[in-house]
Amino acid sequence: MLRFFLRRFAVAVLVALTVLTLAFLLTRLSGDLAISIAGPNATAEDVATIRRVYGLDRPVWVQYFDWLGRAVQGDFGESYFFRDRVANLIAARMPVTLTLGLVGLVIALVVSLPLGILAAVREGSWVDRAVGLVAMIGQAMPSFWLGLVLMIVFGLQLGWLPISGVETWDGYILPGVVLAFSAIPSLTRLTRSGMIEALSSDYIRTARAKGLSRLSILVKHGFRNAAIPVVSIAAVQLGFMLGGSVVIETVFALHGVGFLAWESISKNDFPVVQAVVLILALIYIGLTLVADLLNAVLDPRLRTA
Amino acid sequence: MTALLEVADLRVTIGSTAAVRGASITVNKGETHCLVGESGCGKSISALSVMGLLPRGSRRETTALRFAGQEIGGFNEREMSRLRGDRMAMIFQEPMTSLNPAYTVGSQMTEVLRRHRGATRVQAVDRAAELLARVGITAPGLRLGQFPHQLSGGLRQRVMIAMALMCDPELLIADEPTTALDVTVQAQILRLLATLQKDLGLGILLITHDLGIVARVADRVSVMYAGEVVESAPTAALFAAPEHPYTRGLLTCVPVPGKVKRDEPLGSIPGVVPRIQPGFTGCGFRDRCAQATPACAGTIPRQRAGADHETLCVLPPGWKAAA
Amino acid sequence: MPMTRGGRLLRNPGFLLGASIVAFTAIVAILAPWIVPYDPFAIDLNRRLVPPSFMEGGDPRNFLGTDQLGRDYLSRLIYGARISMVIGVLTVITSGLIGITLGVLGGFYGGRIDDFVVFCITTRLSIPAVLVALAVAALRGSSFLLVVLVLGLLLWDRFAVVARSTTMQIRNLDYVAAAWCAGVSRWWVLTREVLPNIATHLAVVATLEMALAILLEAALSFLGLGVPPPLPSWGLMISEAKEYMFFEAWVIIIPGAALFILVLGVNLLGDALRDMMGTDLSR
Repeated sequence: MLRFFLRRFAVAVLVALTVLTLAFLLTRLSGDLAISIAGPNATAEDVATIRRVYGLDRPVWVQYFDWLGRAVQGDFGESYFFRDRVANLIAARMPVTLTLGLVGLVIALVVSLPLGILAAVREGSWVDRAVGLVAMIGQAMPSFWLGLVLMIVFGLQLGWLPISGVETWDGYILPGVVLAFSAIPSLTRLTRSGMIEALSSDYIRTARAKGLSRLSILVKHGFRNAAIPVVSIAAVQLGFMLGGSVVIETVFALHGVGFLAWESISKNDFPVVQAVVLILALIYIGLTLVADLLNAVLDPRLRTA
Repeated sequence: MTALLEVADLRVTIGSTAAVRGASITVNKGETHCLVGESGCGKSISALSVMGLLPRGSRRETTALRFAGQEIGGFNEREMSRLRGDRMAMIFQEPMTSLNPAYTVGSQMTEVLRRHRGATRVQAVDRAAELLARVGITAPGLRLGQFPHQLSGGLRQRVMIAMALMCDPELLIADEPTTALDVTVQAQILRLLATLQKDLGLGILLITHDLGIVARVADRVSVMYAGEVVESAPTAALFAAPEHPYTRGLLTCVPVPGKVKRDEPLGSIPGVVPRIQPGFTGCGFRDRCAQATPACAGTIPRQRAGADHETLCVLPPGWKAAA
Repeated sequence: MPMTRGGRLLRNPGFLLGASIVAFTAIVAILAPWIVPYDPFAIDLNRRLVPPSFMEGGDPRNFLGTDQLGRDYLSRLIYGARISMVIGVLTVITSGLIGITLGVLGGFYGGRIDDFVVFCITTRLSIPAVLVALAVAALRGSSFLLVVLVLGLLLWDRFAVVARSTTMQIRNLDYVAAAWCAGVSRWWVLTREVLPNIATHLAVVATLEMALAILLEAALSFLGLGVPPPLPSWGLMISEAKEYMFFEAWVIIIPGAALFILVLGVNLLGDALRDMMGTDLSR
């Protein structure tokens, strides 16, 4: 068990280092970074200055190890545009993105768990097919478009919710719903298949033979086992949601990390882009690690092995 | 004396298969009634339908389904769940998968008592420990805190039995409880069931395909074939004077001590159990029966062959095979 | 039994609907230059944001109205179908080549090679795809080809996962092991046993990835870093119409609905294929 986690952790560290390298390479893709930073109206002299100031005149591998050494210590350099430490910028914007991700995950779970259980209990019935259709629709929905449509309906026509920004808590509802849409299909399908498997198992027959109540059979004995994969996938889905936050935050003008990345991309502010890519990747890696841990906590066969 | 369990003319269809076609079974208080037959003959389905645990898509009909004198055929799921685990309990063939892997033995045992008797946690744990000791598990306190995957198959089946006894049931249905176990463990479990029955006055409906087990533990035997009880008799009578051609065939397949002579080849019954569609009439065994006559396609009479001994066959009781 | 399988497919309403949507879009995309009522790039500033002909104030000349530059919406929508379909297909080909190669190698050889493949998949999954695609587009300047390349390089993970696990299953089958022992070459096992048997599973992945690629292209174009204007990508149409949506909701409803229906069709197709083959791709 411990061995498994040490190995798992070592792989995570290796993946993180690879992503670090890729994030560095990403910004060198343009050919000459100094020209990109300087913008289209810069003179050759400006470019030369920028190259010197940002240390871009050094050999690439020196730049790489310099960047790597600092990044490992949490120093992502300074933003060209905001004139602030990148770490500060991200720290200031992270709460919005994390809140949005968690709101999205909670909405997704609140919708998909009951739907998945319902579909499993009524397997093959019209209810099951209806739930399948909902999942299918969720999968085909372009999230940015759904965001715009919800804005028109709930923001403009009904006037129930703010159209953009999160000055008040209800500003999280629409973007949260849109974000949840991307996770609902897979979570619903997984809950359904897990429940179908659990409900056809011998221990459910035993639970029924013990005369337990329907609720206890479905939730305590059925869902408890179906939940094991769902929990770990939910953690991974949260990672995907945070990664996809750039689209939603742009649509709803939420000043989170995704929006920051979007601004920085359009302003050629590469240290910020680099750092956001890296942070989101690290969060994802951390979440998959947590997912594995949760798996072990929930499954006694793994925990005590 | 009223019978503990009385099932009359049980019919179960699952999808388009007639799984049970008019079986009648009676279990008396303190008696072990064995239901014997090949796999697919409807014995497990009969047991599950008594408990109200039939799979989805199945239909059950009976003229009578009485438990301790009370008609329970019309009970809904809620009323049945009040009986199950309390006054009638069931254990299954697969001890490896019949316990929930996510909960401790203690948690799974205590919930029965708490559900049916509203017992407190402490009371339920005490009762569970007492029963674990009762079924021959040493260190019950330790076992209560363990998960099923930490126990061997034999131990798990003992846990299943202890769990079934939590509420002092009157009837225990055991569906092939020893089939999945090692031979030595099998013997221990059977001995345990016999002891418990004597001490607690349990009525047991034991389902098995193993005639050796029948000979050792049964008071009464019903032989099932293709969804029908083709012969039912006290154990001694059945082994001494089997009537139905199928029962006779079965007995020649198994080396029952004292019945089969040395060096004599064991018998076998040619063919396989047919799948019976609804609307089938006549004897289900006729295609495999050496004694079959055109009359076997008609209505088959239920004949008395002795005290408490019935057979479902056109042949006269005490028939001898034509040489 | 291909006959009964095909027969079952044809009786599956989801398959019929999905196939009709995809086939219709494909035909429209192919025939686009011949069926458009107007030039999709022709600007007419005197006739801007004319509502569809079936709405109040509509003009029968423009069935779906005109956009903010007076370009015929239906014509742009038809050319947009072209972009979505071509991006979807090319991305699937690119990502399929990468993913299947990696997955088959890992599943077939096992050991260190497999460790490496799994490592690649894990790394790929941890990279936020949309963000990286945006960054690359910003750095290199967006173009049609770049979008295909970036999406292809980012969406191969599911191909690899499925190709790897199915290859492993096939490799470990008794008859393949027997062929192995009989001394056949690796190439023979790979081309005669592995590839034909995993093809059906990969077909399902291809539909899922195509749907995802179409959605991602639209999202990138919506953010202004996908297909460059004036090409009428559906995502770009929504982006350009965004400013007017509070006054004229139809301007975003029409391209969005087209996008939704096409992706739904591709997914329905994949779902029917999966049902038919019992592939489990839940993740």
